[in-house]
Amino acid sequence: MDNTYAASGRVVFATRGLTKVYRNGDMVIHALRGVDLELYAGELTVMLGASGSGKSTLLNILGGLDSATDGEVRYGDQDLVAGGDRLLTAYRREHVGFVFQFYNLISSLTARENVAIVTEISRNPMRPEDALELVGLRERLNHFPSQLSGGEQQRVAIARAIAKRPAVLLCDEPTGALDSRTGVQVLEAIAHVNRELHTTTAVITHNVVIADMADRVVRLSDGRVSDVRVNAHRKSPAELSW
Amino acid sequence: MRTIHRKLLRDLVELKGQVAAIAVVVAAGVMTLIIAVTTLDAISLTQDRFYRDYRFADVFVDLKRAPEGLAERLREIPGVDHVETRVSAPVRVEVPGYPDPIRGRLLSVPDGRQPDLNRLHLREGGLPESGRTDQVVISEPFSEAHDLRPGDTLTAIIRGRLETMTVSGVALSPEFVYQIGPADLLPDYERFGVLWMNRRALANAFGMDGAFNNAVLSLQAGADAAPVIDAVDALLARYGGTGAHDRDDQASHQFLTMELDQLRVTAVFLPTLFLGVAAFLLNVLMGRIVRTQRQQVAVLKAFGYSNGDMAVHYGLLTGLIVVIGLATGIALGAWAADALAAVYMEYFRFPAISFRLQPQVVLLAVAVATGAAALGTYRAVRGAVSLPPAEAMRPPAPETFRQGWLEGSRLGRLLDQPTRIIVRNLARHRMKSGLSVLGIGLSGALLLVGSYQFGAVDDMLDTQYRLMHTMDINLYFSEPTSAHAVAGLRHKPGVQHVEGFRNVPVRLVNGDRDYRTTILGMDAEPQLRRLIDTRGTPQRLPPEGLVLTDYLADYLGVRPGGTVQVEVMEGHRRTLEVALAATVSEPVGVSAYMERQALNRLMREGPAISGVWLLTDESQHGALYDALWDAPAIASIGLIGEAEAAIRDYIDDTVLVMMGVLLLLAGSITFAVAYNNARIAFAERSRELATLRVLGYTRGEVSWILLGEIAALTLLAIPLGWLLGTGFALALSEAMSTELFRVPFVITTQTYAFAAAGVLVATALSVLLILRRLRRLDMVSALKTVE
Ligand SMILES: Nc1ncnc2c1ncn2[C@@H]1O[C@H](COP(=O)(O)OP(=O)(O)OP(=O)(O)O)[C@@H](O)[C@H]1O
Ligand SMILES: [Mg+2]
Repeated sequence: MDNTYAASGRVVFATRGLTKVYRNGDMVIHALRGVDLELYAGELTVMLGASGSGKSTLLNILGGLDSATDGEVRYGDQDLVAGGDRLLTAYRREHVGFVFQFYNLISSLTARENVAIVTEISRNPMRPEDALELVGLRERLNHFPSQLSGGEQQRVAIARAIAKRPAVLLCDEPTGALDSRTGVQVLEAIAHVNRELHTTTAVITHNVVIADMADRVVRLSDGRVSDVRVNAHRKSPAELSW
Repeated sequence: MRTIHRKLLRDLVELKGQVAAIAVVVAAGVMTLIIAVTTLDAISLTQDRFYRDYRFADVFVDLKRAPEGLAERLREIPGVDHVETRVSAPVRVEVPGYPDPIRGRLLSVPDGRQPDLNRLHLREGGLPESGRTDQVVISEPFSEAHDLRPGDTLTAIIRGRLETMTVSGVALSPEFVYQIGPADLLPDYERFGVLWMNRRALANAFGMDGAFNNAVLSLQAGADAAPVIDAVDALLARYGGTGAHDRDDQASHQFLTMELDQLRVTAVFLPTLFLGVAAFLLNVLMGRIVRTQRQQVAVLKAFGYSNGDMAVHYGLLTGLIVVIGLATGIALGAWAADALAAVYMEYFRFPAISFRLQPQVVLLAVAVATGAAALGTYRAVRGAVSLPPAEAMRPPAPETFRQGWLEGSRLGRLLDQPTRIIVRNLARHRMKSGLSVLGIGLSGALLLVGSYQFGAVDDMLDTQYRLMHTMDINLYFSEPTSAHAVAGLRHKPGVQHVEGFRNVPVRLVNGDRDYRTTILGMDAEPQLRRLIDTRGTPQRLPPEGLVLTDYLADYLGVRPGGTVQVEVMEGHRRTLEVALAATVSEPVGVSAYMERQALNRLMREGPAISGVWLLTDESQHGALYDALWDAPAIASIGLIGEAEAAIRDYIDDTVLVMMGVLLLLAGSITFAVAYNNARIAFAERSRELATLRVLGYTRGEVSWILLGEIAALTLLAIPLGWLLGTGFALALSEAMSTELFRVPFVITTQTYAFAAAGVLVATALSVLLILRRLRRLDMVSALKTVE
């Protein structure tokens, strides 16, 4: 598949000089040190980088979960840094699907309910059952998180993220806990949403193989974008294995 | 149902222990409010109705004897509405089969009909039939005490003659709601009774034909009592009037008012304290619960739930808990108030108790509980939503810890790792630890307030009866008698010691303050009726001048060295200036004392006495009563041991029942707080504890981390609880002192020990419950789920 997003696509996200500093008492940690990056409508980006390089931090800021210390983040024509809590809430509610690195399911709700709690406040969601079907969890609808394996929890988290048919899908290591076969299944669900709904998708991973399914691969190191590579050919998840 | 609501219900079920505990705190606070306010309301409402329906008089006067024609003159006094003249006489009563002497008060009713004022509420039977001289209506408590019903008979000794009387009815009167004998502090239904008789029969027996020696008046609406009293006094001075007075000095009304005043203090003080503490705890507890859900808040926010949605969600959670607490508190409060009002009805005799739950009280309870809970929830939710979701969601970021002074010290090097964890946790969360200590301390303080009165009341009664009133019988003569009578009584069976006293009814006036009481004239160093100072050492009466109970001196605003106006209400009415020589400290009642001969001089009389105190051999009481029976000059025989028993019963029934309820509530609060504290400590630590288990720590070592922290907090909380409780108790003591009782501010060591033990037991129970959880702690799932 030919990649033309960078040339012709509409810019969905644009960051300029994005900086994030954590202060814990006397300790100062520069998680992001000036990130300039664009993500285009409908493209699938994979982000690579060493542990601690700032991937999660960047994704959290793009998803409106965290605020930047300095710099600019635009989503379409909205300024996410300047926008207050009301704007960010509406943005998350209507546009973003998020898969957390640590799943963060609500322990008192079943798999189905963990998805439903999100679809109930969305405009045009899938049925929770269908979303879980996509990640192969049709059979485990009524299990609580504590009754699911780590991988299964991760898949519930993905179902939860895609069920609202978001405009933007941000995934923090969605396959971290999965074996190759289930990992592919999950990636297919993500690719499916990306393809069918033209969802702008960003996936963080440590797994270089997964980069082959991306339109573009962004590499972070030490809080900066160190490399951007455009894949001439985007593989389908089924072709991947590790 | 929306999923978020389902989460709410699941959370409620999951947190059931804590929910129950918080609901208990709310319920306890609300219950005190409902009990105190509702009891107060029930009694005063009932009082108002009874007074109105049975036309309780406004002005009362005793006199020697006046012709009936004078009633018309009384009626003409401006402001007077109705006048009821009566014949009133003390009487000695015998009930078949009852050995102790009984004092009675005989009052006349118009022949065959109800009086205009102070009407009788007939419980059984009817008024004496017109023209009958041998029928009486008796007061209900007296009839109950001796199981006397209409048709039964009793014997009255009227002017030395034994008369057999038939009970025609049993009644209550607004005049004797609180039925006490003269010079008594508390009702003794067995040994004092009120009897009503036809006017003509009574007048005849006491030589009062066509005359009266007692009158009661009602006032026109809006009329002032003071000018009426002056006019009555002026009119009756010639007829031996002993001074008219209004309801404030009417014994039954006075006691009732005092009790209501005390209840009023309680009704403000205790609910404020309990509800205040409950509100504080609710605030802290709700805040904690919401804080443990910080990550869930973050997840929901990450998916677009707004801050408002979160506020509503936790608002509902809080609301449900508060509603459970409120409903329980209101229901139990109404039930307990009803029960307590029934106890009061044993002492305050009303026809029926009017009980109602006032909507404004319920509203107040709802407002306070909801407000406190909302505040706690609001602060916690705000805290949770103010964090960017990304931050709240990471696995609990390792907190920054610092080495404290302890670790560097020699002692510190001896600490093992788990103990180190405890010390650092406490130091790291100083605010939270501080609040826990304060919470447990406050509940301990409530325990102290709920229990100190048991010890203090005992102390008060011991002072009264072991130190001050050491006689066991007191006799009143019908008339002041020569002091030689003492010698005659010394030879009666079983009598070991006799002391005579003079008792003169007076009104003490200083400026615009006045108080009706009696001056008790005694030997300079009485053995059977000691006066003591604040330290409990016996005082010698000065040869001249007045000695007052400190409470009364304060009330009148005089100090030793100053003077008081004494209006003598016996014999020739005169007003004298008397110097205040000293004050004494007494926990029960308020009195005035003088050396007896000084009082005799003041009265311009010889060595007269009004009665005697006896110290006797109890085994010879039967013979003694027989001997005294035959002496017509003796108006009444009072048994001090019985009086002491009565007063202890009274206090057990009222004050201590109330305190018992409070204690129960304080206990529940203590348990609720301790349990919640332990439970939250567990929730906050379970991940850490599971990790340590995985690393190979034993269950015991891991338990120690949790229990050590709880134990440390509890041990810090106990002294704080003592301190706060002492403060509360002091405030309560001050607020509750009345003319009748001044419970001394004594907190016994036992009370302190009890409060500490209560806190320890509550903590131990909570810890046991937590240990069960710890045993079931599933390492895998504790580590698997982030929340
Ligand atoms: N709340 C925080 N307080 C302090 N430092 C933080 C905080 N969150 C992240 N950091 C630091 O910021 C840097 C970037 O963290 P980030 O989570 O973005 O890394 P990452 O690239 O996602 O790593 P990984 O692949 O291990 O998930 C790290 O050095 C991390 O320690
Ligand atoms: Mg990361």
